[in-house]
Amino acid sequence: MRSRILVNRIAFGLTALCALVTVSALFFLLGYIAVHGIGALNWDFFTKLPKPVGETGGGMANAIVGTGKLLLLASAIGIPIGFFGGVYLSEFGHGRLGFWVRYAADVLNGVPSIVMGIFAYVLIVLPMKSFSTLAGGFALGVMMIPIAVRSTEEFLRLVPDSVREAAYALGVRQWKTILFVVIPAAMRGLLTGVLLDLARVAGETAPLLFTALNNRVWSHGWTEPTSSLPVMIYTYAIAPYDDWHRQAWAAALVLMLLVLAVNGGVRLILPKRRIVL
Amino acid sequence: MPGSSYIKPAGNGAASSSRGHNWGDRLFRWTCLGFSLLILGLVAGLAGELAWNSRLAFRAFGPSFLWTQIWDPVAEHFGARPFIYGTLVTSAIALAIAIPLGLGTAVFLAELAPPRLSETIGFLVELLAAVPSVIYGLVGVFVLVPAVRQTGWTPHGVGLLTAGIILAVMIVPFITTVSREVLLTVPRSQREAALAIGATHWETVWTAILPYARSGIAGSVFLALARALGETMAVTMVVGSRPEIHASLLEPGYTMAAVLANEFTEATGDLYLHSLIGIALVLFGITIVVNGLARLMLLKLGHSR
Repeated sequence: MRSRILVNRIAFGLTALCALVTVSALFFLLGYIAVHGIGALNWDFFTKLPKPVGETGGGMANAIVGTGKLLLLASAIGIPIGFFGGVYLSEFGHGRLGFWVRYAADVLNGVPSIVMGIFAYVLIVLPMKSFSTLAGGFALGVMMIPIAVRSTEEFLRLVPDSVREAAYALGVRQWKTILFVVIPAAMRGLLTGVLLDLARVAGETAPLLFTALNNRVWSHGWTEPTSSLPVMIYTYAIAPYDDWHRQAWAAALVLMLLVLAVNGGVRLILPKRRIVL
Repeated sequence: MPGSSYIKPAGNGAASSSRGHNWGDRLFRWTCLGFSLLILGLVAGLAGELAWNSRLAFRAFGPSFLWTQIWDPVAEHFGARPFIYGTLVTSAIALAIAIPLGLGTAVFLAELAPPRLSETIGFLVELLAAVPSVIYGLVGVFVLVPAVRQTGWTPHGVGLLTAGIILAVMIVPFITTVSREVLLTVPRSQREAALAIGATHWETVWTAILPYARSGIAGSVFLALARALGETMAVTMVVGSRPEIHASLLEPGYTMAAVLANEFTEATGDLYLHSLIGIALVLFGITIVVNGLARLMLLKLGHSR
């Protein structure tokens, strides 16, 4: 009996160790980025363009604006498709078609991000014969769809049927019920879903490598190649210059703070909900 | 399912026949349907574009494209074997580390930790999944690669093992988060039966709870595997980028996703481009299958994530 109790203790001790290792991996990551990032972060980082190769200093203003533009475009593509798709699944999609739409969203969610980049490349870059913000935004937008679909469907389903029935009983049409009763009731959840979705694609690098490419100066309009924070981190990390490494850490810190702010904020707004993986 | 399939607005037959003629309802329904069909169209378009734009590679090399060892852009001879090998090996290393680590954490969270601690750690583990891949790569390049070099086993530091370790950290959250939820759905009676015949807490977990949850746990592992197979940036930055197959895991290698990231913009010539897109098609196919298996296992459990 004593040995069985011992096994019990050791086994659970090991599971606690696993949890400790996993959590320390996160803290190590965050701590390391913070230490190296804070020293490198300064006002120039947010306001200056990158300096020519070989000169130190400069910043990533164009990459910050570029990431903003890419996210704007991605939202304009991904959110409507994902939102209405989710509404369809929650309110109408109980048949075979609903199954296939759900399946398609799952497939899209599983597509490796680099493959999504290739999709945008053959669809937009090849015909336009140029790398562009448009192509990068499209790739990110398609990546946003599956999570938007799933979070919309889940949060609309959380609205009890009695709420819908109450509206119907008053003679309200179905479309008005959905738009003006069900959706407002789920608003908080829907907004957090969008935020998490944005935080996820904000750090995506692979789909941008050969769609938005990179740019060391300002990108005008939507049809020029643009810089973005994640691609800058990648480019600077694998380059042989110390000053570029320093700036890569600064960019990593900015990106990480964005991700932490969104995830932590969502946690505060909706303490009971899990992050949609 | 809390769905509303059987609820029809405005009760009786007369009302519902008038509903069919209501332009607002129809328009709304068609709008939703249209966007849903767009999702189906995107997936079909994605598969179609990949297949169409890789046709030259499969026409030139046939199915042997998949197992030819040579990757020579100058001689225009392309085979995907080194990349498929690298992808499989790095993913296997990642699973070998992440399964015990992730499952152990899940058991700790579901069985041992008090609810508040469990919630907090669960949140922290999920954060691990929210860290962008390129940041894992950055830390990999400046921390893990020098650390591996320092062991003295290899002059490189970059290689399949390094990539596998980074991948392991990246996929642990998928195993932990899903497994923990699966463990929490195991019925009380299952646990009580084991406790009633005198099992210790651990024996209960080992003989009654884990076997009951095995389908869901397998589902979580397949979800994690799908991530590992398609993961690009972190792997690209530490894998070494050499299309070779060595017996040693410490040697530099290459993966399917990494070769796409590195060589796509340099692809001169149609056959080169089509060969790369052919690799993308293979990767797409593999991840669909693995993801499908994961969904199947989680669905079997009545767990429709």
